[in-house]
Amino acid sequence: MAKDDNSGKDLTAADSSTVGHEGAPAGTAVVVRDAVANPGFPPHRPRVTDLDPSAERQAERTVYTLFYLSIVGSVFAIVAYMVFPIIPEDPGSVRLNNLFIGLGLTLALMAIGIGAVHWGKALMFDHEGIDERHPVRGTDETRTRAVEIFHEANVESGIGRRSLIRNSLIGALIAFPLPAVVLFRGLGPMDTNPSALLSHTMWKAGTRLAIDPTGTPIKASDVTLGSAFHVIPEGLQDLEHGKLEEKGKAAVLLMRLKPEDLNELPERKGWSYDGIVAYSKICTHVGCPVALYEQQTHNLLCPCHQSQFDVTNHCEVIFGPAKRPLPQLPIAVDSEGYLIAQSDFTEPVGPSFWERH
Amino acid sequence: MSTATTTTELVETKKSGGLTGAAANYIDERTSISTAVKELGRKIFPDHWSFLLGEVALYSFVIILLSGSFLTFFFHASMTPVEYDGSFMPLKGVEMSAAMASSLDISFDIRGGLLMRQVHHWAALLFVAAIGLHMLRIYFTGAFRKPRELNWIIGFILFILAMAEGFTGYSLPDDLLSGNGLRIIDGMVKGIPLIGTWISFLLFGGEFPGEQIVGRLYSLHILLLPAIIVALIAMHLLFVVVHKHTQYPGAGRTNQNVVGYPVLPVYAAKAGGFFFIVFGVVMLMASLFTINPIWNYGPYDPSPVSAGTQPDWYIGFADGALRLIPPGLEFVWLDRTWSFNILIPLISLGLFILVVLIYPFIEAWVTGDKREHHILDRPRNAPTRTAIGAAGVTFYAALWATASSDIIATHFSVTMEGVIHTMQFLVLVGPFIAFFVAKRICLALQKKDREIVLHGYESGRIVRLPGGEYIEVHQPVDEYDRWKLVSYNDYKPLMIRPNADGKITVGQKARAGLSRWFFEDRIAPVNNTELEQAHGDHH
Repeated sequence: MAKDDNSGKDLTAADSSTVGHEGAPAGTAVVVRDAVANPGFPPHRPRVTDLDPSAERQAERTVYTLFYLSIVGSVFAIVAYMVFPIIPEDPGSVRLNNLFIGLGLTLALMAIGIGAVHWGKALMFDHEGIDERHPVRGTDETRTRAVEIFHEANVESGIGRRSLIRNSLIGALIAFPLPAVVLFRGLGPMDTNPSALLSHTMWKAGTRLAIDPTGTPIKASDVTLGSAFHVIPEGLQDLEHGKLEEKGKAAVLLMRLKPEDLNELPERKGWSYDGIVAYSKICTHVGCPVALYEQQTHNLLCPCHQSQFDVTNHCEVIFGPAKRPLPQLPIAVDSEGYLIAQSDFTEPVGPSFWERH
Repeated sequence: MSTATTTTELVETKKSGGLTGAAANYIDERTSISTAVKELGRKIFPDHWSFLLGEVALYSFVIILLSGSFLTFFFHASMTPVEYDGSFMPLKGVEMSAAMASSLDISFDIRGGLLMRQVHHWAALLFVAAIGLHMLRIYFTGAFRKPRELNWIIGFILFILAMAEGFTGYSLPDDLLSGNGLRIIDGMVKGIPLIGTWISFLLFGGEFPGEQIVGRLYSLHILLLPAIIVALIAMHLLFVVVHKHTQYPGAGRTNQNVVGYPVLPVYAAKAGGFFFIVFGVVMLMASLFTINPIWNYGPYDPSPVSAGTQPDWYIGFADGALRLIPPGLEFVWLDRTWSFNILIPLISLGLFILVVLIYPFIEAWVTGDKREHHILDRPRNAPTRTAIGAAGVTFYAALWATASSDIIATHFSVTMEGVIHTMQFLVLVGPFIAFFVAKRICLALQKKDREIVLHGYESGRIVRLPGGEYIEVHQPVDEYDRWKLVSYNDYKPLMIRPNADGKITVGQKARAGLSRWFFEDRIAPVNNTELEQAHGDHH
């Protein structure tokens, strides 16, 4: 490593004290005194097409053949549009339509591209040219004139002198976009508070648990040991408006475990029915549906970010980025044997939000 | 060649008074276009394959504009529920948004519609990828140095906007996957302290998903974002013209010249042709490979989801960051919820992006070099910069791979937890390993360059000397190849000196520390004296 052993031969530009080629400070760059000199341009190497007239003719033929091929491709695409129509209810026809129009256009485009590049590389004059660079900054004369112009504008307008005019203008310019910001309040409904909306779902005392998506109510006797049901509140399918918004909060997973496998919290003793438990399906991380139930381990897995919840242990998080357990829906059975909710969820479901506590 | 010149002359004399001449005169008298032709027509651009990456980005943007305009004629940006009544049998009668139904119509009822959808999507994926690679090229060759720092910023904003365009576009068909993507965005936004809940509420026009978001994203996707992108691309290219293109070191090339081919005719043919090649490749992919088959996913519904779902590739790093957070990082404090499982990814990605954004200014501050740089660095000749880049790439790649943690687990039959823990390790430790390895490789390559300059390259020819000794003959490099190996910028660590008041400021100390870290290990370029000594040894 060339540490400082050649310090006699190079100059360390000791932080802005030495000046580089263009007059700008070189910083800590090392300016080598006896640097190897730029040898100048290497001799030009002619191409085959410069030396061999038959190669040149060959290249010319290739280029115009490609351009003619491109025309063929365009015509082919137009013909394919007509020859391969989309036949209703026949997905295979879509595939052929897509494939042949696409291949025609590919040929049309690629042939132009390859032909033009080949023309440029093989036939066009290939001696390199040189442009001189100039510093990006304007010349001193230009810069002096620019400063003068600003000075003249200042004097003629008095913007520096008449401070009241200047300051009031700055104030006005700051104030005028503010109404536009306020207007954006209208993006959301005016009379609602989002955190109140997020705290309630469609579930009420007595709402039957129904199968997603048919809406058929579920009897406790239908839920066999080890099975899992995707559940919505009965009546959700008949909603005129806001079906998806309600479903996004009310979706529930229903599972039946052996009662002895369930480790229930004392305050939630009456929330399950004979080993049947219902938990919110909306992940407490960022709200994906926790749709994967592993029967053997009684774990729920969120497919989006792999949070895992232990159903036997009131859906506590056992892995992944989620923090809170999935909220439990207290359930019971009505006189006809259908599963019903005892109440709404006792806490907001879904992802955390600032006002949640 | 002589015949070619005479024909050109003939054509010129014939045309000077013809229709072309009259048309050119008409236009010039009204636009002064001849000035532009004079300034730009023979402008020189240097040649290198890596300069094509930015072109790929530009061309894919043009393809996106063309195919996107076609799609707007058929797409309905509305979430009004409709009953699907198109040609795709499995979804007939299913309730879905008008957006989803029209996307299906584009795919199944309009000839060439699916092709244009796939061209649009493939070109979008290529657009972001090409920008990313273009940025890496700029970074590793030091093309962001003075006077191009501001163009780095513009390009960087373009990268962010490209991802925003990708995400807004991905969300428009309102299929199951895109709805899930929006759900994740909603969950992340809600995790932002103080304003998160309200931002989500305003964004979705009420509760998630609402009936507003597709229309709003559509405005962003086809109006606001493209307008900004077009304006920034124009500025980006204007700066390329003002600065003139950088070039790699080579014999005859200096910081004061640009060596290459003129716009007319060579670059018009090569770059123009390249546009058609890029378009052709995208078209070929759209003809042969399905992308985003929304008909398999079905319309958005908050309840179902399929395992193994993946975002478009460029969102992967953010999705991966979300997956890596260990359990339990969320607290209730002061009666408010603090979701650090959301905030840590957001803040770390924000910091990462910020460092990338301001890197040119950091390096300029460390070196104190105020000169213009138009000759690119070979990555090995800026070992610390290259190593920082390798660390950044590793960090990004590890986050990105984590977005497929479940796929990795199922494909390689390893545990999900094991994959996440491994990726956590890689994200945190990988960048340090990459830094160390890349720096050592750079220094080794620099030493090898010195070796080649001083003692020639290994010719592969083994010679037996009269004494029985075998040696490999080393061939000296010619002076043109040698120039590429010896012409680079070399920096030394900063020596702290007291300022005018005789004090050493904290900033100065920090700068010296960074400077030492950057330039402590350095390999100086070979100079004439060394060269002569080495030659003396040989003769």
